Amino acid sequence: MYRYDQYDQSMVDARVDEFRDQVARRLANEITEDQFKPLRLMNGLYLQLHAYMLRVAVPYGTLSGTQMRMLGHIARKYDRGYGHFTTRQNIQYNWIKLSEAPDLLAELATVEMHAIQTSGNCIRNISSDQFAGAAADEVADPRPYAELLRQWSSFHPEFSFLPRKFKIAVIATDVDRAAIQLHDIGLQLVRKDGELGFKVWVGGGMGRTPMIGHVIREFIPARQYLSYCEAVLRVYNRYGRRDNIYKARIKILVHELGAAEFTRQVEAEWAILEPLALDAPQAEYDRIVAQFADPEFDVAAPDSVDRSDPDFALWLDQNVHAHKQPGYAIATISLKPVGGIPGDATADQMDLIADLAARFAHDEIRVTHSQNLVLAHVRKADLYALWTALEGAGLATPNLDLVTDIIACPGLDYCALANARSIPVAQKIAERFADLDRQHDIGELKIKISGCINACGHHHAGHIGILGVDKKGEEAYQLSLGGSGAEDASLAKILGPGFSEAGVVDAVEKVIEAYRVVRSGPGERFLDTYRRVGAEPFKAAVYAPAGATS
Amino acid sequence: MTDVQDQSPVANAAPVPETATPVLSFRDTPLYDGPVVALADFGATSNTAAVRLDPGDDARALVPHLGGLRLIEVSFPKYRDGRGYSSARILREAGYTGELRAAGDVLLDQVAFMRRVGFDSFAPAKPLDPARVDAALSRYEYVYQKAADGRPPVWALRHG
Amino acid sequence: MIRLLTGNVLETGDVVWWTGSNWSLALRDAVDVGPDGDALLARTVAAERINDPALVDAEPTRDGPRPRTMRERVRGAGPTVRADLNRPNSIEATA
Repeated sequence: MYRYDQYDQSMVDARVDEFRDQVARRLANEITEDQFKPLRLMNGLYLQLHAYMLRVAVPYGTLSGTQMRMLGHIARKYDRGYGHFTTRQNIQYNWIKLSEAPDLLAELATVEMHAIQTSGNCIRNISSDQFAGAAADEVADPRPYAELLRQWSSFHPEFSFLPRKFKIAVIATDVDRAAIQLHDIGLQLVRKDGELGFKVWVGGGMGRTPMIGHVIREFIPARQYLSYCEAVLRVYNRYGRRDNIYKARIKILVHELGAAEFTRQVEAEWAILEPLALDAPQAEYDRIVAQFADPEFDVAAPDSVDRSDPDFALWLDQNVHAHKQPGYAIATISLKPVGGIPGDATADQMDLIADLAARFAHDEIRVTHSQNLVLAHVRKADLYALWTALEGAGLATPNLDLVTDIIACPGLDYCALANARSIPVAQKIAERFADLDRQHDIGELKIKISGCINACGHHHAGHIGILGVDKKGEEAYQLSLGGSGAEDASLAKILGPGFSEAGVVDAVEKVIEAYRVVRSGPGERFLDTYRRVGAEPFKAAVYAPAGATS
Repeated sequence: MTDVQDQSPVANAAPVPETATPVLSFRDTPLYDGPVVALADFGATSNTAAVRLDPGDDARALVPHLGGLRLIEVSFPKYRDGRGYSSARILREAGYTGELRAAGDVLLDQVAFMRRVGFDSFAPAKPLDPARVDAALSRYEYVYQKAADGRPPVWALRHG
Repeated sequence: MIRLLTGNVLETGDVVWWTGSNWSLALRDAVDVGPDGDALLARTVAAERINDPALVDAEPTRDGPRPRTMRERVRGAGPTVRADLNRPNSIEATA
């Protein structure tokens, strides 16, 4: 893992100092709320329905046990004993006091954490693959490049007042676990003629106008990717629309110019920027890469696992993935217990996970964009002990990628922008499909729920997507099918007229029952069936007149 | 997870009215105080020494004329419109060494970024407290990236 | 139909309701601001101590005012998914 040196620490400490000053000026009414709001947003502090919400960055979704323990401490001391892991691999606290936020940030800084640029029209937290450094099929660990992007984008003087927020994701495998084609910039680390570099997508995104990114370069050498990103950002900062916030993301610029013309402009800008030596020297790459070196693996670790406990075997089959190192595995901790709040974890659970990471996983934890946690380096011989401990804390639900592993934004229960609640819909769907045999029969199925058009719950990328809307003061829900945030990225399409809360849960069940009828066999995923047969069988099942039989 | 809380459009914001607020300078030489013309009125044959760039103007249009200019004023009708930061850096990258002034909705919390992209004088619509400006400019001892101010990024210090 | 004045306290973010003479954390203390609403709102905005101040429509009930929109009912009562955190003396948002 990356550790701060004196320079990184100095930056974060200065930010705490600056924010303390800004808060003091606001509390003394020296600046207006209108002037203060963008300042607090640049530090991740929103005013939501009930209180301030603080979003803390978890860069590329990686944190240490010590950092997780601090997150638990903050939940206890400054919040109400819990936090919420988000689709951008961050954590949010829901009950923060403005007057206490500077102290909170000072405590975070002691464990090399911050809330810098977790909001605002700037470059946001860099996201990545939760299996980075452990996946067998990766070209190299993508996180050193994400860390260098973190540093480059922090307090970037030219790009802190962009037309709109800007999200970058970095992966290093053909399997996309970070939804890079739905980011403003998606970077895939590849190797060409022995040299590391990136394939570059630009202009993906969700929100009101979802779009899949375009490949604007097949290969930019890793030693030049920062200046190339600088060129992309400069073209965006100069020409991105500022007349309409719903058209201000880079995806609209790319769409309006066309990918070819946008690419030409980026290349022209890069031709000017590249000679200015903006890229970090090789020694800096080497320094950061060294910090992400593999932990000291136990080369004698046995490669077999005792599956005699059937409940453990269920978890093993569903939540554990292959590791590059023989004798090791990647374990996903589900934050989706049936009936729970997707992504929420209590302070006690955070402490436990920190302890387990120290005991079993080289003190390293990952946050996934599906709002789960991962222990990336676990000896297979320790899996049973790990599972036993997780099971005791309600953290061993064996439902990864199944119908109850639902992504949901905070929705109208917390969020000032929401039109409808998301969490209760997720809970009711999970309760409807709680039976594990039924979940296994249905197989991989990603349900994603957003409480408003901003799409924090990634509903456009859901195999089944649900969008909460406001219908004359009442909550209503639209159902979409066929989205994917993976390497086969696609945007879900609206099925038909909307539903009430109870109605949408029934509609989801009808869609799933229709899938079970029309699928070619138990091995055909819902998404593949939908792509093969189209929307009609699902429309018929959901909107059939009452009493009609198929 | 949402964040469109402070998002009124900035592109068509009304310009901040001309004021008599003193210009804050970081230059050793006296400030230019002659007439300033808008880019649209600046002809190649003109002997004007000062030009104003509005957010939508292409700073590169001035690149052939930089040698004859003493002041380029970049207007910020609304501080959230960040196009002027790119304009400034483009001019410095092109070798402009004359006065580069940020004018309009220039606030304390943006001054450090503005210095980094090459501005060396400020004409804020509302006066800034010079002591606070000094504090803001000295708050960050290091910077993470190269810009137009010549400060070495931390990677240069790490591997100096 | 009555109108309530609400907002969030600058220092804490707490949801508060105008009682006629002060701000209260309890929705049931809220009073109908009636025709004074716009003037009170303008005064609140100008003071810069209550964030996102707003006038909301509500219906009087035996248990206190019940805001018309789900959004304001959730603000009044707390998250519907965390009954343990609900504010005291409030009508359930989903009631």
